[in-house]
Amino acid sequence: MVTCTGCALLCDDIEVIVENNRIKEIKNACRRGAARMKGCSNRLVPCVDQKPTDIESSIQKAAQIIRNSKAPMLFGLDNSTCEAQVKGIHFAKKINGILDDTSSFCQGILIERVLAQKFRTCSLDDIRNKADVLVYWGSDAQDSQPRHLSRFSYFPRGELRQRGYEEDRMAIAIDVRESNTAKICKGHFYRIPPKGDREFILALIDALYGKVPAYDTKKMLELAGILKKAEFGAIFVGIGLTYSIKDDFDVLTALAQKLPNFNIMPMVGHYNMRGFNETMFKETGFVNKVKFNGKAVHDIKYSIMESLNEKTADAIVVVGSDPVSSLPGPVLSRLASIPVICIDPCVTMTSKIATVTIPCAVSGLESAGTAVRMDGKVIGLSKIIESEYLTDEEIMERLVEAV
Amino acid sequence: MVTVMELYQLLPRTNCKKCGESTCMAFAVAMLGRKKNVAECTPLLEANFKKQKEKLESLLLPVAGAEETGMIVHPELCTGCGNCVVACPVDVANDPHGAGMGCAPTNDKVIFKVVDGKVLASNIKECRRFGKNKVLCYACIDPCPTGAIEFV
Ligand code: SF4
Ligand code: SF4
Ligand code: SF4
Repeated sequence: MVTCTGCALLCDDIEVIVENNRIKEIKNACRRGAARMKGCSNRLVPCVDQKPTDIESSIQKAAQIIRNSKAPMLFGLDNSTCEAQVKGIHFAKKINGILDDTSSFCQGILIERVLAQKFRTCSLDDIRNKADVLVYWGSDAQDSQPRHLSRFSYFPRGELRQRGYEEDRMAIAIDVRESNTAKICKGHFYRIPPKGDREFILALIDALYGKVPAYDTKKMLELAGILKKAEFGAIFVGIGLTYSIKDDFDVLTALAQKLPNFNIMPMVGHYNMRGFNETMFKETGFVNKVKFNGKAVHDIKYSIMESLNEKTADAIVVVGSDPVSSLPGPVLSRLASIPVICIDPCVTMTSKIATVTIPCAVSGLESAGTAVRMDGKVIGLSKIIESEYLTDEEIMERLVEAV
Repeated sequence: MVTVMELYQLLPRTNCKKCGESTCMAFAVAMLGRKKNVAECTPLLEANFKKQKEKLESLLLPVAGAEETGMIVHPELCTGCGNCVVACPVDVANDPHGAGMGCAPTNDKVIFKVVDGKVLASNIKECRRFGKNKVLCYACIDPCPTGAIEFV
C-alpha cells in the first residue's frame, strides 16, 4: 500500500505494480491521483537564464542571486513533504527572507483558526464512523478531492452509520453553482448568489434562533431544522466559502457556536498545504505571510500578492508551486521583473519564466517523507521508484550551505 | 447514449423483412438490445448504404461492448471517484470491511474496482439486475457524478 499525493486526502490504500522502475498499474487511486502517480510528462531540466546546465551550476547561481538580494522571498512548499517544509523554514530564517505559500490566498485564514482551536473539528475517520449530516459549502469535493465522498463522508458505512448513505446520512450542498457534488446532494442543494454566503449564514443563524430569517424563509427554516437534528455533523468549508467571507470570518464562528454538534473541516487541495500551515504555526505561531528577521514577523504585506505589488521582495524562490498560473495579471508582471528561482519536478508556467530552474524528485513517488491530511492526521509517503533527482529537502539543505 | 430513433433513421426504412424482423423499427430495437447485428440487414451491404452502415456500426460500438447485464462503463467519463465501488450493494455484501467502508476492495468478489484511475467492472453476473430474482437497481448509476455507468 502506498499513499497518493494527488490531493490533501492523501489516500493511503493505493496499490501499485512497478516494473523496470516504472509504474505499470495503479489500483484504487482516482483519475487525478493516477495521473499524479504517473509522474511528470514534461520533466524540468536545470537551467540558468533559460540555458540548460547542470544541477550544481543551477544551485550555485540560485545562491548567488539570493546573496545579492536585499529582500529574498520563499514561496510554495505546499507540494513538499513536512521534512522539506522544516528545511524550507530554516532556509528562510537563514536568509532573513519572506515566507509565504498558496494558503495566503486560499484556505490559510480558516486553517489558522482551526489550529488556534477557534472551531470544533474532527478527523475524517470520525466522519466515516459517526457523521449523519454533511454540508459541502463552497466546495466541489467530488472534483477537487474525488474520493472524499466515497472514502469518508457520504457513501461508506461506518460504526454508527451501518446503513451508509441510503438511510443514515444526509448530504447538503451550498454553492453558487450546481457542482458535481451538488448533483449528488440532489434534494438538498441550496444555490446562493455569488458572495451571498454571509447573508446566507446570517439568515441561517436567525432561523436557528427561531427567528424568521431575512430571506428564503421556507428553505432556511427547513435547513435549520435538519441541522438542529443532526447527531454528528460536519461542515466542509471549501475555498468558495472562505473567499466569500474572508473579511468577516467571525460569522462562521458564530454559526459554529450555534451548532454544537457540528465540526468544521477545511477542504484542502495541495497535498501538504495543511502540513505547511501546521509546521509554520509550530515554528512561528503563524500559518503564512512571515518575514524572518531574528524573529518571525507576521503581516499582510508579506503575502505573495502584497510582496510583489509593493515590491517588498526583490528575488523569489518558488518550490513546488505555480504562481504564474494562479496570480492575477498585474502581480504577474511584477513577478516576471525580478529573478525567479523555480524548484519543481515538472515544467510549469512559472519554470518557463524562471531565471534559474532546479529540478527535484516527485515527493511520494521518488522520495519518501510525511504529509498532513486535510483533517490534521500525519500520513507517511513512500518512495516507490528510484530516481537520480535530489529531493526538495536536499535542495533546501544545499541552498542553506551555498548562501 | 444512442437512441432507437437514431438507429432507425440510418436504416433503409423499407420494411423489407430480410432481417427477420417485421419492420425496420423492430430491427432497430433488436440491435439496441444486442439481439441483432448490423450485418443482418442485407440491403445495408449495398454500396449506396456504405456511409449509413459505418455510422450505425460506430453508434452501436458501445452497445456491442455491453456486458450480459447490459452494463456499459464509459471510461472517458469516469473520474475514478469510487462512489459506485462503495455504493453497489453487491460490493457491500461481498466486502463489508473493504469496499463497504469506503476503503480499497479487499477481495476479488466485488463488481467495481478502480484501476489506473478508471472503474473496471467484473463479476457482472452478481449484479442485481441479472439472474432469477432481478431487481431494477440504480445504486451505481445514481451516485455517479458524470453518468459514466449506464444500462442498455
Ligand atoms: S482523492 Fe486525492 S489522494 Fe485520493 S486518490 Fe484521488 S487524488 Fe489521490
Ligand atoms: S445495478 Fe446495482 S447491483 Fe448492479 S452493479 Fe449497479 S449497483 Fe451493483
Ligand atoms: S461513480 Fe462514476 S465516475 Fe465514480 S468511479 Fe464509478 S463510474 Fe467512475
